[in-house]
Amino acid sequence: MKNLFKLFSIIILIITSNSHSFAAEKVEYLKTDWSFKGLFGKFDRASLQRGYQVYTEVCASCHSMKYLSYRNLAEPGGPEFSEAQAKAIAASFEVTDGPNSDGEMFTRPGKLSDKFVMPYDNVKAAQAANGGAYPPDMSVLVKARGGGVDYIYSLLQGYEEAPSNVSLDDGVYYNKYMYGNKIRMAAPLSDGLVEYGDGTNATVEQMSKDVTTFLMWSAEPHLESRHQMGFKAIVYLIILTVLVYFSMKKIWSRVESEV
Amino acid sequence: MSDHDYRPKSKVGQWFNDRLPLLTLANHLTDYPTPKNLNYWWTFGGILTFCLVTQIITGLTLAMHYIAHADMAFESVEHIMRDVNYGWLIRYIHANGASMFFLAVYIHIFRSLFYGSYKAPREIIWIIGIIIYLLMMAAAFMGYVLPWGQMSFWGATVITNLFSAIPLVGEGIVTWLWGGYSVDNPTLTRFFTLHYLIPFLILGLVVLHIWALHVPGNNNPVGIDIKKPSKDTVPFHPYIVIKDGFALLMFMIVFAFFVFYAPNILGHADNYIEANPMVTPAHIVPEWYLLPFYAILRSVPDKLLGVVAMLSAILILAVLPWLDTSKIRSAVFRPLYKQFYWILVADVLILGYVGAMPAEGLYLLIARVATAYYFLHFLIILPVLGFKEKTLPVPLSITEPVLGGSPNLAAARNKESKME
Repeated sequence: MKNLFKLFSIIILIITSNSHSFAAEKVEYLKTDWSFKGLFGKFDRASLQRGYQVYTEVCASCHSMKYLSYRNLAEPGGPEFSEAQAKAIAASFEVTDGPNSDGEMFTRPGKLSDKFVMPYDNVKAAQAANGGAYPPDMSVLVKARGGGVDYIYSLLQGYEEAPSNVSLDDGVYYNKYMYGNKIRMAAPLSDGLVEYGDGTNATVEQMSKDVTTFLMWSAEPHLESRHQMGFKAIVYLIILTVLVYFSMKKIWSRVESEV
Repeated sequence: MSDHDYRPKSKVGQWFNDRLPLLTLANHLTDYPTPKNLNYWWTFGGILTFCLVTQIITGLTLAMHYIAHADMAFESVEHIMRDVNYGWLIRYIHANGASMFFLAVYIHIFRSLFYGSYKAPREIIWIIGIIIYLLMMAAAFMGYVLPWGQMSFWGATVITNLFSAIPLVGEGIVTWLWGGYSVDNPTLTRFFTLHYLIPFLILGLVVLHIWALHVPGNNNPVGIDIKKPSKDTVPFHPYIVIKDGFALLMFMIVFAFFVFYAPNILGHADNYIEANPMVTPAHIVPEWYLLPFYAILRSVPDKLLGVVAMLSAILILAVLPWLDTSKIRSAVFRPLYKQFYWILVADVLILGYVGAMPAEGLYLLIARVATAYYFLHFLIILPVLGFKEKTLPVPLSITEPVLGGSPNLAAARNKESKME
């Protein structure tokens, strides 16, 4: 029995130490208290709604979010806008549809079932408008970066004057958290850039936190149900394990051998 | 064997069993005499069966929603994660299941190495096991390509390019593997087909693996031959079933932790970026379970020799029963082997670590030393050890683990037969 515990702790140790070796970057990211971390982690609903506002007013002019639909905004576990709100949000976008019976494409107001409207028609158009750099799709951005939410949160606040020994080309900016420190995106946030409906003070730090929370949700829309189910599953497994342990003891008591 | 005496109680059962002796098989499996001193390292066979079945079930479900097309694969995975009911759960079980499968198989292999389970008369079980392990690596590699992320694409490019090291025909083989002049849609569709096929080949080999096991029966921590059935054995059911079940549940708790609370920790972030043939990732790294072999591959400066070294590192295991010259199975009675065993474990862990690091400077040096030691262990240390090592006295039976000072197994056996 003791050996078994030893075995499993060794397994966990090996795996966790192994996975740490992948985090090659040695920069210390800025930390904040994410409500969605931990055993019972949930999204902060108000923060998600504010984050959506930052995304749509700031990021969305360059960054697409092609795997999300407007209906997602009203689904449980997300920003949970009311259905009426989500419909209004969708309707505020022009969606190209068609072809109609005349064979023509036409535009109409968005519906809940539409995917988020993309800022550019294609990658080439996006590159042309951004000095050759493609603003990555943001749907799973948080999972596509080594440092995850901490990295995005830090990057948004990491713009600085370049040190004297670093020379920057036109349209390139210095960011202390960016890989290689050079980034083609100008500092996207400044204090008071958006006006929050709930009266929260829109500091760069606050907006960074809100929009990163929103990006975490967009990458993991089922995070809340995952955490809830995980807790139930593990409690169930532990109870079953204890029951099976005592059954095993009882059964093995018939033979002179240890388990 | 009692197998032949078995007769179902009911008339219907007898009628059926005379035509297809499935009930005899079931009886054989439940009565199967198992050494009673098996420790928890022996529970990983059952755990591995669970892993295989889990991968097949979740894999079938994923295949119903996945689209094997270079333009749609990434999107279809996101569709599974977002819109398919519990799609996120199924995919995370499948993705982490692969890691758990390899974790269990490594423990299973190293258990075999420690207790000498590969030695006569169990060589065939061992060789089938090595084939299963090779197929697992192929299945895992091709499965990792399917989401069509950056690491999928570039991992596939690096690994398939290894075949170009073959003299003369190498380039042709690579083009043939790709179905074109680069990794592209034809590569993806064939990888999907093979990824779907291989688990069923593994399933068939697992049946043979267990069949071959049931001929000599299980090895055990003491590593001696035992009489079956005897007071040294217990029937598989209920004794081993409940013990395997208990260990499996412990394993499932670890598994569940990864699935529900750290589902992406064992993957690489770059695989959430859609494949882009124009952009090469800064570091191309395989999944953790392939890292030791990746380190061996990179430690050799010549491409062809690197590939040869990597393949040899795996294939050398297949001839292990003949490289290990010691008559004693269990490391418990082999004081020197025991130390070399743990050095080998450390060596493989070091190889895994440097495999994740860039192949330069100190890392490269460590990888080279560790690679050399890996081969040294199997080719020199093991064969020599069998002749030189002074082993400890081996007990007569499991029930009498301490036999007063008989260093000679044959003498002990004689004594035993006289007593009967």
